[in-house]
Amino acid sequence: MSMTEQRSTSALLYLSGVTVSFDGFKALNNLSLLVEPGEMRAIIGPNGAGKTTMMDVVTGKTRPDEGEVVFDGKADLTKLDEADIATLGIGRKFQKPTVFENHTVRDNLLLALAGLRSWYKLLLAAPTKAENNRLDEILSIIRMEPQQHMLAARLSHGQKQWLEIGMLLAQDPKLLLVDEPVAGMTDVETETTAQVLREINKTHSVVVVEHDMSFVRALGVKVTVLHEGSMLAEGTLDQVSADPRVVEVYLGR
Amino acid sequence: MITRFLWQGMGPSLRVAVLFVLAIGIILPLLNQLMPASNALYVPAWVLQLIGKYLCFASLALAVDLVWGFCGILTLGHAAFFALGGYCMGMYLMRQIGSRGQYGNPLLPDFMVFLNYKELPWFWHGFDQFWFAAIMIVLVPSLLALALGWFAFRSRVTGVYLSIITQAMTFALMLAFFRNDMGLGGNNGMTDFKDILGFSVQSDATRATLCFASALVLAIFLVISAAVVGSRFGKALTAVRDAESRMRFLGYRVEGYKLFVFVLSAAMAGIAGALYVPQVGIINPSEFSPGNSIEAVLWVAVGGRGTLIGPVIGAFLVNWGKTYLTGALPEVWLFALGALFIAVTLFLPKGVVGLWSQIRSRGTTRKAKVPA
Repeated sequence: MSMTEQRSTSALLYLSGVTVSFDGFKALNNLSLLVEPGEMRAIIGPNGAGKTTMMDVVTGKTRPDEGEVVFDGKADLTKLDEADIATLGIGRKFQKPTVFENHTVRDNLLLALAGLRSWYKLLLAAPTKAENNRLDEILSIIRMEPQQHMLAARLSHGQKQWLEIGMLLAQDPKLLLVDEPVAGMTDVETETTAQVLREINKTHSVVVVEHDMSFVRALGVKVTVLHEGSMLAEGTLDQVSADPRVVEVYLGR
Repeated sequence: MITRFLWQGMGPSLRVAVLFVLAIGIILPLLNQLMPASNALYVPAWVLQLIGKYLCFASLALAVDLVWGFCGILTLGHAAFFALGGYCMGMYLMRQIGSRGQYGNPLLPDFMVFLNYKELPWFWHGFDQFWFAAIMIVLVPSLLALALGWFAFRSRVTGVYLSIITQAMTFALMLAFFRNDMGLGGNNGMTDFKDILGFSVQSDATRATLCFASALVLAIFLVISAAVVGSRFGKALTAVRDAESRMRFLGYRVEGYKLFVFVLSAAMAGIAGALYVPQVGIINPSEFSPGNSIEAVLWVAVGGRGTLIGPVIGAFLVNWGKTYLTGALPEVWLFALGALFIAVTLFLPKGVVGLWSQIRSRGTTRKAKVPA
């Protein structure tokens, strides 16, 4: 496919005709998707629908066989690697909290902080005043000032979740991809997470991939249903749950 | 800026270690030079030679730890960089022999005369100059590491596959250096050295100086490593070790981090090898043997992976044990080495240094601390 044509779209994230196959199995099959700036989108679908593969394609981990993936109206994500894409402003939160266990809370935030990434600059750079101020600010938002010099390995599960949210704030991406944030959480934790995501969505665009219907209902945003690598339905949760094809996919087998 | 860079990693325990290494490198040679042989404090030259050798091994261990302990690359081929540095030094020392060789050829080393070489191979030119050899000692291992690392890290070869590649590299080099037509001495290697920088390699004063130089180099390596590990680069490096893909998704180009530390480490190993050769008086292809690289990894494991003092302690402990056992009970050494590997893996995952901090922190609340 020729990439020379300049695509003009107001969408923050634009996927068109994306196909990914693994050994003949089509994990994504001609998938198209638009995410507007400032939007929060929930993506649902049964196991194997291609949710995680879609995230992998957007973050540069997997290259699509066919199709276009454009970020912010100009960047062709199919040509870039993970580091480039992250620098453009796409953050990713994994299902399992992944903080750097052998680093202190403050160093975790420093590593995530938007800015210096090149190895030769980091050899000589000390954290600047502005960077330190930003770290203090984030530490106070996530209420972890007392633990800032503690190793992340010694934090409780809940504290790690908060640290990871702090790292996302530090990274300050334009678009945040969140992979199954409430897997294995209690109802109360699920509700808190929904609140946090809504808070983050005030300043960032968010795409949430989720399995848990009650969580998606709590988010109250536009929903895209994936099935066998393609989009099956799109709309509010009530609209899509009334769609007979969606019911068929979720309940029919 | 450079001063701040070098100072940033210097924790108190590291300062003690650097001073201790320098003290060994100054006091022992002085006792050898200033004390009469009858004095109880006199240090014989063979002790200096032994300590000098251990100091070079400690530098090699530190180099291994920099990539394995701090970047998670289990290298099983670091002895190759050590041996390459050694060969560069060996070539310089061979050319210092001049017409004093068995065959009295002023230009060609003995083994070349023996193998009917008519002229000096092209890659031997320049090695009569020390400055040229010194540059090559750093450059040759670094370039090999750069080439290997560039391909391996770019194609995202990690874990055991990378270990196998490094092991294959040293094995291939060993086979190559065993060939007589490589023009590097074949299986006999290079020996019968006479002078280094105009001083006889046999004299006690040269031995004392080489022992001091080995200590100085180790001390400098400790300071440099501490600075690298203590910098923001070092924080990113250990983060790459612990969660590589997470770092990629944070926007770090992981390859650059790995490549820099791999090349730095290879250069350190090369310098250590270059100091080792004049002290033992020989360099031959067996220095490339895979077992040597694995032993270097073991020194790090015994001392404490991911600490800077650990590899130094480990190199001294294991090599002292080796010197003792190969003298007292030669047939036991290899079994002891194997048993040590198993024991360290099972009971001392963080090595001797880890054991020490475990004892020290028992009963007290541990505060977050960067390992020194």
